Amino acid sequence: MPSVDELAVGDHLPLYAFTIERVDLVRYAGASGDLNDIHWSEHAAAAAGLPDVIAHGMLTMGRSLNGVVAWAGDPAAVVSYGVRFVRPVVVANEGSDTVTVDAEIAEVLDGDRVRVVLDVRCGGDAVLGKAEAVVQL
Amino acid sequence: MALNTGRIGHRYPDTDPYEVGREKIREFAAAIGDESPIYHDVEAARAAGHRDVPAPPTFAIVVSQRATRQASFDPEIGVDYSRVVHGEQRFEHHEPICAGDVLTSRVEVADIREAGANWLLTTRTEVVRVPDEVHVCTATSTIVVRGGS
Repeated sequence: MPSVDELAVGDHLPLYAFTIERVDLVRYAGASGDLNDIHWSEHAAAAAGLPDVIAHGMLTMGRSLNGVVAWAGDPAAVVSYGVRFVRPVVVANEGSDTVTVDAEIAEVLDGDRVRVVLDVRCGGDAVLGKAEAVVQL
Repeated sequence: MALNTGRIGHRYPDTDPYEVGREKIREFAAAIGDESPIYHDVEAARAAGHRDVPAPPTFAIVVSQRATRQASFDPEIGVDYSRVVHGEQRFEHHEPICAGDVLTSRVEVADIREAGANWLLTTRTEVVRVPDEVHVCTATSTIVVRGGS
């Protein structure tokens, strides 16, 4: 686990990136119990006015935190995590564009805690807004 | 269609106990693409100081959504679920969730408001470990009911 003494506001965590395939949506639907059909049916997505099937917001949220959890070394170090869903990750038949997560130390808090801000983009566009986690080091 | 703001502050009954299984944690971790041994290997989890394999931070949604659905499908509020998208989500973790925990959720309608053509429904769910009544997580969720056609 990193030491708060060795961190400064403005430091970046290692860049984390991933793509989402259709099979990932099926896997997340089953694991989470969110069976909303806009995440696996092109017909349902079109009926909802979407360009294609979209990823569950919670999948994007969950996956985007993996780099922070790996850096912290323990999922229990994450004291809080919140996001706004500003744009869906569209998952075409051949998969999504690459999602990149650039996490930065925004604040060093009392009690060996840091506030981390995540800049999460897909194909260059922000998909999460106000994405922040407080991590206990 | 307007939502019923008179439902702000309403609390729903506790959900049925949810027993957190090891395989469910492994399945959820794999579904979010995290193959860290701490989720999969009980010995690795115990070496890190956990009682059993811990849940990923966003796993709490699996439990809390059972409670929030009570509000989303409450006819007194009047959400058209076919027009719903997830707007915001936040977790405050008070205690780690681990395999073997039995959890229940209590949801309250925190806010209902109009935002342009849309309506926003915000719920606050307290996830509680039973029978010892340890408060493990507060999950705050906002869904957007899209207006228009």
